[in-house]
Amino acid sequence: MTTTLNRADPAGAVPRKKDRGGPWLSLLAWVIGILFVLPVAWMVLTSFHSESDAATNPPAVFAPLTLEGYREFFSGGASPWPPLLNSLTASVISTLLVLLLSFPAAYALSIKPVKKWTDVLFFFLSTKMLPVVAGLLPLYLFAQNTGLLDNIWLLIVFYTSMNLPIAVWMMRSFLSEVPVEMLEAASMDGASLTKTLRSVIAPVVMPGIAATALICFIFSWNELLFARVLTATVAETSPVFLTSFVTSQGLFLAQLCAAAFVVSLPVLVAGFAAQDKLVQGLSLGSVK
Amino acid sequence: MTSVAEQAGTRPDTAPKPPGAARRAAGWARRAPLLPALIFMIVVTQLPFVATLVISFMDWNAYYPDERGFAGVDNFRRVFTDVNMRDAVWTTILLTVGVVLISLLLGLGIALLLDRKFRGRGAVRTMMIAPFLVVPVAAALLWKHALYNPEYGLFNGALNRLWGLFGSDNPPQPDWISNMPLWSVIFALVWQWTPFMMLILLAGLQGRPLDVIEAARIDGANGWQIFRSMTLPHLRQYLELGALLGSIYIVQNFDAVFTITSGGLGTANLPYTIYQIFYQAHDYGRASAAAVVVVIGTIIIATFALRTVSSLFKEDSGR
Repeated sequence: MTTTLNRADPAGAVPRKKDRGGPWLSLLAWVIGILFVLPVAWMVLTSFHSESDAATNPPAVFAPLTLEGYREFFSGGASPWPPLLNSLTASVISTLLVLLLSFPAAYALSIKPVKKWTDVLFFFLSTKMLPVVAGLLPLYLFAQNTGLLDNIWLLIVFYTSMNLPIAVWMMRSFLSEVPVEMLEAASMDGASLTKTLRSVIAPVVMPGIAATALICFIFSWNELLFARVLTATVAETSPVFLTSFVTSQGLFLAQLCAAAFVVSLPVLVAGFAAQDKLVQGLSLGSVK
Repeated sequence: MTSVAEQAGTRPDTAPKPPGAARRAAGWARRAPLLPALIFMIVVTQLPFVATLVISFMDWNAYYPDERGFAGVDNFRRVFTDVNMRDAVWTTILLTVGVVLISLLLGLGIALLLDRKFRGRGAVRTMMIAPFLVVPVAAALLWKHALYNPEYGLFNGALNRLWGLFGSDNPPQPDWISNMPLWSVIFALVWQWTPFMMLILLAGLQGRPLDVIEAARIDGANGWQIFRSMTLPHLRQYLELGALLGSIYIVQNFDAVFTITSGGLGTANLPYTIYQIFYQAHDYGRASAAAVVVVIGTIIIATFALRTVSSLFKEDSGR
């Protein structure tokens, strides 16, 4: 994607007779961009307003800024730190597990493919199409009977299964970019598997692995339904914390915006950092 | 990208085939890296479905633990005669089709705008991506409380300000969520998903063969003709991919429905309805039967969807 941005202008390079609508179309693009980012900007602005300024109509855009909302969020009621840490634990560990499981699997589906590897690939994809809600009850009953309710490890296992198909698809597409000639040359030179992995495969797929990790992290961090049903007070994650936090009476908009912003911050950072890989990841590696 | 088919063709062992046991060992060596992931997936995703299937034939409500037993097809009969269930199916279809269609069309328009070069294109692209990177629950809360709220939400605030500009002190102040509950959910989701569609379509647009388009332009084709007969056919597979992936995620949407309307006012979709039967009514048998019905429905639809991906995939391989 970065290359795309730097790429010589696609439309303008073609000599056109007249580009009458040009400036207007650019203006339109700007207006649409601003409209789309407006709710996010509004969330951030409101989070820095006092509760009374946040709840005015017409909106008090230029009201004085304050950290009141953040102070209230972090130390007002129940502390947000345990849920934030739970989310971090669940997302990071499940992402690592996904990478550990998906890399060898993708290897067996691309570099040294097993027989019927397309069938296996489509099996992984099909699990992603089944409604997760159908697995909710058995998982809940299982957890209840084994004492795993409100245990972060249960979520970790579930998030791993949720992201594994995506990761296998993505990794396979990245691994199949490793040139066959390079692999053949490596085996001709008698390079060991670790050597091949480290010096032939790793340089090509590293960015892909990073993209896969970011996507898995984002999906785990965002998940609400299972976290809500399978956790209570101990293993509660940030999205669950966010929903429980609205019931408070009185003015809460500034605090809510602060909370929404804090919880979204890791995803915003990860997403913008991986902007150029985002499409590739989200399309399971099929769009370059 | 090297073609997948080609790879599959050239990569198998070039060494002479060792007989019997040695070959079997080689086969297992190939399969070994795949097994952990495959077994993990089967255990974590397929076993629960088997359990759901079993429970769906049971009379099991957590409120009446003594009455647990075999129920035959009673749960299924109740699912099929349940008005709420039928409404949920309809709501799910409306919600999914609405969000996917609108965000695809908007995404296409914006992708076309962003495919031109202009000052600040990178900035606009970055602004466009932001909605997709807000945690879904946070986005739903933001829309519900900071935008839709009839008293202090941004929408009514803006209407108030706008009417004020023209000297009117009687602006319309609709209660968005009560007046159009399903559309409120759809709009919030369209806002989140348009960037996704836009990114996929933009990637597609930038993979267009520019020389052919230039040739067409020199031959005197106008913008609309080029769009109709060259850009759109080229984008077709990207549109399909966007629609497929969008549908996979939006059919399963829980966050927006749960947060914005709590499933009220005719917005309860299937995931929310099943969640309710299970989590609030504690009717495990009926919840499982509903889940089984949904899974079967999904399999039917997914077969078609998979055929689409499969054709995309073959095209990709044949390149």
